[in-house]
Amino acid sequence: MSADRREWPLYEVFVRGKRGLNHVHVGSLHAADDAMAVRHARDVYTRRNEGVSIWVVRADAITASSPDEKDPMFAPSGDKVYRHPTFYDIPDNVPHM
Amino acid sequence: MNDEYAGDSSQWAFGTGFEDPLAGVDTTVPPGVDPAELAAYCLMLGDDALIMSQRLSEWCSRAPDLEEDIALANMALDLLGQARLLLTRAAAADPGVVPVLPEGSPVPAEDALAFFRDAEQFRNVRLAEVENGDFAHVVVRLLLFSVARLAVLERLRTSPDQVLAAVAAKGVKEVAYHRDWAGRWFLTLAQGTEESRRRLEAALDALWPYQAELVAPRPGFGVDPATVRDEVDAVLDQVFAVSGVERPDRAPLPGTGGEGAHTGALAALLAEMQVVARAHPSGRW
Repeated sequence: MSADRREWPLYEVFVRGKRGLNHVHVGSLHAADDAMAVRHARDVYTRRNEGVSIWVVRADAITASSPDEKDPMFAPSGDKVYRHPTFYDIPDNVPHM
Repeated sequence: MNDEYAGDSSQWAFGTGFEDPLAGVDTTVPPGVDPAELAAYCLMLGDDALIMSQRLSEWCSRAPDLEEDIALANMALDLLGQARLLLTRAAAADPGVVPVLPEGSPVPAEDALAFFRDAEQFRNVRLAEVENGDFAHVVVRLLLFSVARLAVLERLRTSPDQVLAAVAAKGVKEVAYHRDWAGRWFLTLAQGTEESRRRLEAALDALWPYQAELVAPRPGFGVDPATVRDEVDAVLDQVFAVSGVERPDRAPLPGTGGEGAHTGALAALLAEMQVVARAHPSGRW
């Protein structure tokens, strides 16, 4: 674990499973460049037959919301029950709701 | 590896969907094929995979970083899977190759072949058995090994033996990734620092005498490795050219592992790999 090693940037990994839907964040890893990050993601996060597609993105390229803003950002939607389609009956065979 | 291990797939977010590479494959020895020759060929390919897998698995927890550690373990497991299918096929084609164990031993034929043969009975190339070195060493070893193995497996996909053809079809996908991994790291180390290049060239120089054996003529059943020599040379020359590394000028080691010629490293490797199984020849695992 030399000093060089620590310079490898952090990447966030997103995998899309066989059963479709979206790419889902599965974790992070270190790699020297984008191409190596995809290879590392394949080796580390798809060993159990999880994925058919991988996205990687440098962690420092992600802009995130701040925990300090939690209340003004998210609390206002907490009591808007009318925004949810909870008054419909959903048949048992409709998945992913 | 199929439904019996899968359980209820609905409880897993990514499902299971395991594949059996031998599903629906005709396991009879095709007419005109000598079962003993088929078994000998499967032993050679299987032993290459088994011994290489063992050396790669020794890297576990020793790679330069976590991601490459897992990559090496993945490749070791790919090759172990190929070895299991090939040793099983060898035993099915010619039960005479399987070491005799005590009456009533539950040890399956593939395990008997892996754990109860001595070094001189193994048919692997010596490139697979020599001791591990540094990271550059495993990169060079895997490059030389997987370039030749991929070329052979690609041709074996049309083997008259349906089992061998199915194992080859599965193996091509795996070894293509191994070759890609090794090729990328070869280039990276060659074009990296003075130190990485020095180590790469030292590893290439040390391992080159074992390269010719990978494409040495092997008459009889199966794809003769000598028939892929030109392709192997072309791929390696391309990697060397891109990396700016000279093709080594070192004489090949005489003999082949397929004829039972091995280094002392194989006996040491086997001693560690086989000790537990041999201590319990009637054990159930």
